[in-house]
Amino acid sequence: MEALLGAVRLLLAGDPALWDVIGMTVGVSGSALAISTLLGVPAGAGLGLTRFPGKRLATALVYTGMGLPPVVVGLAVYLLLSRAGPMGGLAWLFTPAAMVLAQTVIAFPLVAGLTKAAIESVDPDLRLQVRSLGASSWQEMGAMLEEASLGVVASILAGLGGILSEVGAAMLVGGNIEGQTRVLSTAIVLETRRGDFGLALALGGILLATTFLLNVLGLRLAGRHG
Amino acid sequence: MFWDCVWLDGMARSSVVPAYELRDVRKDYGARTVVEVGQLDVEPGEVLAVLGPSGAGKSTLLRMLNFLEPLSSGSIAFEGCKVEVPCPLPLRRRMTMVFQRPILLRRTLRQNVAYGLALRGVHSDETINPLLERLELKGLEQVPSRSLSGGEMQRVALARALVLRPQVLLLDEPTANLDPANVALIERMIRELRGERRMTIVLATHNVHQARRLADRVGLLIEGRFVEVGETDRFFNNPADGRTAAFLGGDMVY
Repeated sequence: MEALLGAVRLLLAGDPALWDVIGMTVGVSGSALAISTLLGVPAGAGLGLTRFPGKRLATALVYTGMGLPPVVVGLAVYLLLSRAGPMGGLAWLFTPAAMVLAQTVIAFPLVAGLTKAAIESVDPDLRLQVRSLGASSWQEMGAMLEEASLGVVASILAGLGGILSEVGAAMLVGGNIEGQTRVLSTAIVLETRRGDFGLALALGGILLATTFLLNVLGLRLAGRHG
Repeated sequence: MFWDCVWLDGMARSSVVPAYELRDVRKDYGARTVVEVGQLDVEPGEVLAVLGPSGAGKSTLLRMLNFLEPLSSGSIAFEGCKVEVPCPLPLRRRMTMVFQRPILLRRTLRQNVAYGLALRGVHSDETINPLLERLELKGLEQVPSRSLSGGEMQRVALARALVLRPQVLLLDEPTANLDPANVALIERMIRELRGERRMTIVLATHNVHQARRLADRVGLLIEGRFVEVGETDRFFNNPADGRTAAFLGGDMVY
C-alpha cells in the first residue's frame, strides 16, 4: 500500500528521469513483445497444426526455451554482441537494441509454446469442417487461431510478464545506464542496492501497475471473442 | 492427367461423365482397413444414400469424396479426372460436407452461415437471407453460435454448406440425434433442393427410412465394403443380398 502511495507521489512529482525509465521499459519490452508475437504466434500455430520431420525436437526446444533463465539468455546475447562476438559489428551492446534482442529470446518461446498448446486444444474436427467449407491452408490457420484466441492472448501476456519482470538479461546486455538503458526492473535493483527502499518499492508499484493495466487491456481484447 | 481436365477452368464436363468414379479405393488406419470399395460411380445430380451401421466407414468414405482424406490405395476421379489429396482449392470449393457433429465458429449465427462465402471473398445477403428463412433461422442471426440448440446448429451447418451452392453436397448423418420436427425440416430442404438445383448428393445415414425417403439409389456399407448398391425401390423391395434383407428387417444388430 505504502509502495503504491509512494508510486503515485513519484509519478505526480513528474521527475523526468522516472518517466525516462518508464518510457524505456515500455519501449524495450513492447518492442520485444511485438517481435515475439509476430514470430511466436505463427510459429506456435505452425507447430500445433503441421507435421514435419523434427517437429518433436522443435517442440522440445520451444518448451525448454519457456524455462530459460533470463540471466543465461543475457549472457548468451552478451557474448553474441560483444566486440569479439559474431554480431559484435552491430555495436548493440549496452543499447536498447541489445535488450530488445535478449527479451525477444525470452518471450518468443513463451508465446510460441503457449500458442501451440492453445491451438492444440481446439477441436481438430473444426479444422476439417472449415477445410470442407473451402478454406485454404492459411484460412484454416486463421480459423484455428480465432478459436484459440483466448489462449493466444494468454500466451502473449505470459511473454509480457516474462520480460517486464526480468532483470538479469536487461542488466547484462543493457548495463542499466541512466537515461539510456535503465528500465524499471534494473532501477529497482539499483535503488535497493543503494538502500533507497522507499524508491525501490515505489518503482515496484509502478511496474506492478503497468503489468496489471496491460493484462486488463489484453484480456478485454480477448474477451470480445471469448 | 490434369492438363486435359477442363474442370480446372471451372467448366463442367459433359453430363455423361460420372460425378465420381471410385476404383479399388482403400483406406487403412494402421493395420485396420476401414473402407474398401472396388468400384462405385456416382452420377451427377443423383442422391445416393450410403446406408450402414455405425462404424461401417460411412464418414471416412464421405471425407474421401470431399478429398479431405488421402487414400491408402486406389483412385477417385471427379468428373473424369483423377484427383490426388491435397486437392486443388478451386476443385475442393465445388463440393462441401455437412458433418454429423457440426462445429461452429465462435461467431454469430449469421457470420457462421456467411463463413464459406467470406472465405471466397464473396458477400451475398441475397443468398443468405432466403436460406435462413427456409431453415427457420430468421431472427436468430445475431445469436452467438455457442448458445444454439443441437437442432439449430445442425440447420446452421446445412445453411453454411448450401449457401455455397455446391455442385456436390456430402451429408454425414445430417439428422442423427435430432427431434422429428428438425428431421422433417432438414429432409424437406434436401428434397426441395434437388428439385431446384442439379446437385449431386451423397447422404450417409444409418436410418433406413431416411434413405428410402430421400435417395435415388441406396448402397449398404458394412465393415467398409458395399454389400449392395441399387435403385431405391429395387433395393428395398427386392434386395439381392441376404445381409441387405437382414439390415432392412432390423435383424442385424447395430
